[in-house]
Amino acid sequence: MDHLDRLEAESIYILREAYSKFSKIAMLWSIGKDSTVLLWLVKKAFFGHCPFPLIHIDTTYKIPEMIKYRDKLAKEYNLDLIVHINEEAIKQGMGPEKGRLVCCKALKTDALQQVINKYKFEALILGIRRDEEGSRSKERFFSLRNEDLEWDYTNQPPEFWNQFNTDFPKGSHVRVHPLLSWTEIDIWMYIKRENIPVIDLYFAKNGKRYRSLGCAPCTFPVESNATTIDEIIEELKNTKVNERAGRAQDHEDAYAMQKLRKEGYM
Amino acid sequence: MTARELLKIVVVGHVDHGKSTIIGRLLYDTKSVPETAIERVKRISKEKGRPFEYAYLLDALEEEQKQGITIDTTQIKFSTPKRDYLIIDAPGHKEFLKNMISGAANAEAALLVIDAAEGVQEQSKRHAYILSLLGIQKVYVIVNKMDMIEFSEKKFKEIKYEISTFLSKLNVYPQKYIPVSGFLGENIARKSDKMPWYKGETLLQALDLFEKDKELEDRPLRFPIQDVYKFDHRRIIAGKIESGRLKVGDEIKILPEGKVSKVKSIEFWPENNKKDEVVAGMSIGITIEDEFFNKRGEVIVHKNDNTLYVSDTFRANLFWLGKRNLVKNKTYKLKLVTQETECEIVSIDKVIDATTLETVENATEVRTNDVAEVTIKTKEKICFDEFKGNPTTGRFVLVDEYDVSGGGIVSGLVNLKEEVTKFVKDDKEMIVHCFDEYYYSLSEGLIRKHPKYKRTFKVGDAVPIEGETYSYPESFDVIDINSKHVAKIRKGQLSDLVDFDQYIYSELPIITSDGFYVKVNSIDEFKDFKNELVQLEKKDNSLLTTFANKWCDISKNKSFKFTI
Repeated sequence: MDHLDRLEAESIYILREAYSKFSKIAMLWSIGKDSTVLLWLVKKAFFGHCPFPLIHIDTTYKIPEMIKYRDKLAKEYNLDLIVHINEEAIKQGMGPEKGRLVCCKALKTDALQQVINKYKFEALILGIRRDEEGSRSKERFFSLRNEDLEWDYTNQPPEFWNQFNTDFPKGSHVRVHPLLSWTEIDIWMYIKRENIPVIDLYFAKNGKRYRSLGCAPCTFPVESNATTIDEIIEELKNTKVNERAGRAQDHEDAYAMQKLRKEGYM
Repeated sequence: MTARELLKIVVVGHVDHGKSTIIGRLLYDTKSVPETAIERVKRISKEKGRPFEYAYLLDALEEEQKQGITIDTTQIKFSTPKRDYLIIDAPGHKEFLKNMISGAANAEAALLVIDAAEGVQEQSKRHAYILSLLGIQKVYVIVNKMDMIEFSEKKFKEIKYEISTFLSKLNVYPQKYIPVSGFLGENIARKSDKMPWYKGETLLQALDLFEKDKELEDRPLRFPIQDVYKFDHRRIIAGKIESGRLKVGDEIKILPEGKVSKVKSIEFWPENNKKDEVVAGMSIGITIEDEFFNKRGEVIVHKNDNTLYVSDTFRANLFWLGKRNLVKNKTYKLKLVTQETECEIVSIDKVIDATTLETVENATEVRTNDVAEVTIKTKEKICFDEFKGNPTTGRFVLVDEYDVSGGGIVSGLVNLKEEVTKFVKDDKEMIVHCFDEYYYSLSEGLIRKHPKYKRTFKVGDAVPIEGETYSYPESFDVIDINSKHVAKIRKGQLSDLVDFDQYIYSELPIITSDGFYVKVNSIDEFKDFKNELVQLEKKDNSLLTTFANKWCDISKNKSFKFTI
């Protein structure tokens, strides 16, 4: 087994554990490369099926191509897709001009809380990776949130030997992270190996490409001439630029992501 | 793409001995971190008016940077031309021991970091102990902060001696001792000219010299069922192969029940994933020829493999991380691969203070952060291996209420009290080995006891006074030196069981509960024997040995036979 085989096997194992342990479970699909790889792994884990719904938190500020791609893939894969918008916040005029962290909290974290409450999901599968950002590097595969989705990162239970915490007090909510061990390069190598369809925003046009996808007003392409997966992998091997360099909310505060994530951000 | 080897290394040691700094320095010197991350650390260090803090490359949480400690484990990928590494930074603080174990449990090799100026400290010892419990044998000791001791060879040698003496008690034998300064980068990625007396490798070079474990593929098949799916017409048994290999047509046995069938197909998605054989490490799905009801927790092995234990009792070494102490006779949940069952600790055989390695006398509970040898009884029979035979099916965790609170490795099977021979009367009980047969095993070169009559004898029951390797008279008394009970055998029957205080010597032969003749032939001799026995400290083995050598005769009623 090579390195990608081992990552794949681990992720599939975690997906199956999550499916076996929680009856109300869904997966968050952000349309980006990671959660699309995750969707592929779900289909491998369940032999071509996706036995739980996918949730897309639509901030209404997403890059339009993402929505088009989402609807196309949902149809092709015959997915049970829940699209959720924090309508109330939108009505009240929430947007990045109110402050990026405030906006992220309202349109992503709060929207997520709404959809979890509505469907009573006990657990949510997410495609975050340890190498993306500092607070994500501290995550567990099975990570407990309280009723308000808050994460107590200073007091996480131990997790070892593929024995995850799957017993929880009533009312708690669990985040499952099957891709924690993957790196950005692993993701691209796997996309190439498996021939997974990804959105073409990742490929360079006019000397720029998106490295991480988010909302249109807050996500900026980075300089790149990589127009193929091979070129992206080569670029990543040599880059000095952080993956989330084009994500404006990360720059608001040195610990922006940690603060957002403590409150329930993905 | 060629398959590159991946080695997982955990970095452990006492708080402030410089684990994160060493890793940060290693990443920095080998240009393994993006410049933006370095810029960020420069900015934070500057804001705090401190020199560049290499540890911040790993300690990403705000609390970690403000307090200068590692709270939770981090994993960082890193490569040399030879292979890829996953470096796991484990916290050194005692209260974060559970995070340290989360990091260390998945590692194949370890770096134990010791501060040259401080030497071995509490957590150095505890971490070393846990490495040995986790079965991590590949260890380098990194003596850090050599700049604080003027790069002195003499002091390095003293520290090396101190550590190696300590570690050898744990059966941990480090392959290398490397003197470094994480802060200055000496002997990390470049050879230090400040320590010309050190002829060994830099840390970076030494990493490549760790040898990877033998893969699990060559061990017997262990395929625990994770789930059974029926999304379409197929009934797929899904799970991860923990060891061994499996192919279509293989005859299999499903334990604990032992149902036998054949592998019909190996299932896959998408089409190009079709495989004829699957091996350890893969998450797979199969269908089998017989439509048994199968469920999570059952373990599939090859039909003729009888090496997997199926039992409800075993001995284990464990570390305890729970909020509450581990106690006897309380129900915990035990998880071993995909098996889950309720269990109890039926005996706490030994508790060790992991710092001093001293045994806690007569422990009735295992405190947080202690390690212990225990006997566990599960509610239902489960399948397992000894850890040394198969690490993944030989280890388990204990869940207290909602939290994984302890982890352990199976050290072997046990004979519980029900499975031994005993005499009982009312609430008195005496375990006896006097009816065990003794065989000399030629292949092993040692004597083994074989308990032939595993039953409980009550007053009035006839006892087997004549065996293959022993012979007792019709009437005699049996004394148990430990529990200080005496059993009276009269005319081949158990006639009474009394406390030693109330026992009156009846001038009949006395044997010990092990069947050894007691050299007492007169009332005077019995008085001496009684005096010495009463004075005997119960658990002092050396006194007991002297006592037994003086008073017991092994060969009078016992002999042994040869076996092959």
